[in-house]
Amino acid sequence: MTEEQPLDSFSPKGPLEQRWTQHKYNLRVVSPANRKRYRVIVVGTGLAGASAAASLAEMGYQVKTFCFQDSPRRAHSIAAQGGINAAKNYHNDGDSVWRLFYDMIKGGDFRSRESNVFRLAELSTSIIDQAVAQGVPFAREYSGYLANRSFGGAQVSRTFYARGQTGQQLLLGAYQAMSRQVAEGHIEHFSRSEMQDLIKIDGKAKGIVVRDLLTGELRSHLADCVVLCTGGYSNAFYLSTNAKGCNTSAIWRAHKHGALFANPCFTQIHPTCIPQHGELQSKLTLMSESLRNDGRIWAPKNPADCGRDPRDIMEQDRDYFLERMYPAFGNLVPRDIASRAVKHICDEGHGVGYEINGQKLGVYLDFANAIKEQGADVINEKYGNLFDMYQRITSEDPTQQPMRIYPAVHYTMGGLWVDYNLMTSVDGLFAGGEANFSDHGANRLGASALMQGLADGYFILPATVSDYLARQTPLVDKDYPEIKQALQYSQSRLHRLLNAPEPTHTPDHFHRRLGKILWDHCGMARNEFALKQAIEEIQQLREQFWLEIKVSGNDKQLNQTLERAGRVADFMELGELMCIDALSREESCGCHARVEHLTANGEVQRRDNDFGFVSAWQFTGDVVQPKLVKEPLHFDFVSPGIRNYQ
Amino acid sequence: MNFILHIWRQANSQAKGFFEKHELEVEAESSFLEMLDALNERLISLGKEAIVFDHDCREGICGSCSLVINGEPHGRHRATTTCQQYMRDYQDQNELWIEPWRATAFPVIKDLMVDRSAFDRIIQADGYIPVRTGAAPEANTQPVAKPLADKAFDAATCIGCGACVAVCPNASATLFIAAKVSHLSSLPQGQLDHKRPAKMLARMEAEGFGSCSNYRECERICPKQIRTDTIATLNKLLSQR
Repeated sequence: MTEEQPLDSFSPKGPLEQRWTQHKYNLRVVSPANRKRYRVIVVGTGLAGASAAASLAEMGYQVKTFCFQDSPRRAHSIAAQGGINAAKNYHNDGDSVWRLFYDMIKGGDFRSRESNVFRLAELSTSIIDQAVAQGVPFAREYSGYLANRSFGGAQVSRTFYARGQTGQQLLLGAYQAMSRQVAEGHIEHFSRSEMQDLIKIDGKAKGIVVRDLLTGELRSHLADCVVLCTGGYSNAFYLSTNAKGCNTSAIWRAHKHGALFANPCFTQIHPTCIPQHGELQSKLTLMSESLRNDGRIWAPKNPADCGRDPRDIMEQDRDYFLERMYPAFGNLVPRDIASRAVKHICDEGHGVGYEINGQKLGVYLDFANAIKEQGADVINEKYGNLFDMYQRITSEDPTQQPMRIYPAVHYTMGGLWVDYNLMTSVDGLFAGGEANFSDHGANRLGASALMQGLADGYFILPATVSDYLARQTPLVDKDYPEIKQALQYSQSRLHRLLNAPEPTHTPDHFHRRLGKILWDHCGMARNEFALKQAIEEIQQLREQFWLEIKVSGNDKQLNQTLERAGRVADFMELGELMCIDALSREESCGCHARVEHLTANGEVQRRDNDFGFVSAWQFTGDVVQPKLVKEPLHFDFVSPGIRNYQ
Repeated sequence: MNFILHIWRQANSQAKGFFEKHELEVEAESSFLEMLDALNERLISLGKEAIVFDHDCREGICGSCSLVINGEPHGRHRATTTCQQYMRDYQDQNELWIEPWRATAFPVIKDLMVDRSAFDRIIQADGYIPVRTGAAPEANTQPVAKPLADKAFDAATCIGCGACVAVCPNASATLFIAAKVSHLSSLPQGQLDHKRPAKMLARMEAEGFGSCSNYRECERICPKQIRTDTIATLNKLLSQR
């Protein structure tokens, strides 16, 4: 690990509130008549991808979109429950763009960029306008005006929501906008298509290799630039709240073509998930964080009570630990704080529920008080669908007995490094939404992910991609040697997955083992010893993977086992980088809790002077030897303070 | 728990399908799809091709999963997608027949996976409100009465899984269209487009779906409890054209 020139994000200078406006003025535009001469590839059609594709196509560019699902409407953005933030100040509670900006910067533990975050806060209000105009049925007050609620880490009501299905409604809005452009012929969409490789011509991103998941055929697509909106990589942990198909392959292969990978160790762990029930479970289910608005979190004070029916445990024998530890925010502390507190309580032997590996991993989320105070109808109106979901999964009724929750991997703040224009370090390769790293710092504020995906897609990428295209001569189609090379590389990789020397274990077998290493050593708490051990274990596991991976069927047909094997192979490499990054960041910040750097009270302790930077990793040709490049973070408008929620 | 499974295998849309029998021991707490995962692990280990099925979020919201279990799309529990069915729910049925959606407009791709892209083309036919990015007015300039917003939401909650088609004797996609039309047309933003219902229905017919003849099976099976009164709304809008 050596260092070189610090990275420059090319953030504009000057007053924060004028930067984006000024920057937009400086960005070049393509004349409407010329736009149809330019082609843009968008990979991934979730919130960021669908909104970017729809907006770019509307402007007149020729857009090609790709997703691995059978329809863009199924992107995992659809599963976001809680809501989307916007600084509308509809509640007259003092909200403003500045306050949202500050809350996000603080929420991210001062590891995100001021310029980006301010821009996001600024654009948040237009997102709501856009979504409402598209027919997104947000919750309303009886007056007919939009309703808001408060959300984890915020003391104002700025979260817009559509019952517990905000992500679904926003995604359908973007999908419908995209569908309109497909009908008009401005978007050519390819479902069940997975990106295998990036095609770079003269050092610029000019296309991709795609595998048609139905026929197995590898095909190349060229364009004048490539936009990756392929989501996060939480599934590296195997058990996560992400959809089973979410993967890192597209951004990882871009990384291997020179795109820097930033802050890979920043993984958000969501405190309110349904606890794991068994060893062969395939995924975890998130319960919206909004439940913490009315649900009180507690664990038995006495470990002997952990096996008892919670309803029989007296009030004085319950430890409402979040309210005790963080009186100002109580149950509404940010996600990382809540998650660590829950883990701590369980590690101390106060956990409840199923025993996994000899430990009870769960605490209670109790609605009894809220039901008593507000009535069952009010509580059901707010959380009814979440209660149903919980009951379906656990066969327990949360209105009769407290829910059990435990943290689970949920979102990744790390991703491809991008500059202020959302362009990666590969010329002409952009990254939007969860696939990039730029706005959430070390920890994401609740209800900010939908906002970021849509700000990138609707408002930022259309402007910055246009600027890039204005500087390009439309690519002429011909037989570039790089196309053949990328096709061959993709083919040989598939061949290797299908023909391991000693095929023994399934992709899921390896994935589960990798997940366990990452969860144990690079999860809610990390330390030097464990991380070094994890790196070694992952290297061994990777060797074993390529030796023993067993994939039945062939590559000339629909083969879900082969798809999975390819994704696991990428997770294996990324997993190591996550640990390397966690090891090199010798401080605690946000979700990254290095136990060597905690205060006496167990709170995270940043080291701004030494680690006030973004870690951007460069692929050197050898996965075990990535090179660290730093982007120093400057705080001109807020001063990094202690992130105190007590 | 021990199960005898009869699973539909079909190499591609042209091939002839058949039921393949498997026996499996599974935990009661396993989800239905985790049970299939376990079976697939066994098949792969034996060098056999895994059973193909669509799934993704496993939280009942993406609409991917699409199994007919003992004759019922999404399985026995009402208002629940396949991915949210648990093996404990099948304690009294140790023999299960697992099939794909059946409808001409949803050709089988392989095994339990069908092609539902016709739904995308129906949405492309007018299932949207045309508003350009950045051209929207301030959101609160147009209040929407809460009951209306709630009604729109009830319809908007459709996940496009296609169970309504799979259960319909006519394999009609009317409920899917009615949900979208009711969602968009009950909001002031979406009321200007009077051609939406007709355009979407025309596309439905062109895709090979049947028409609605009021069996109302769709309402019974819908995992999101979309009601057939959305079809009444659709018909009303058609007649007002």
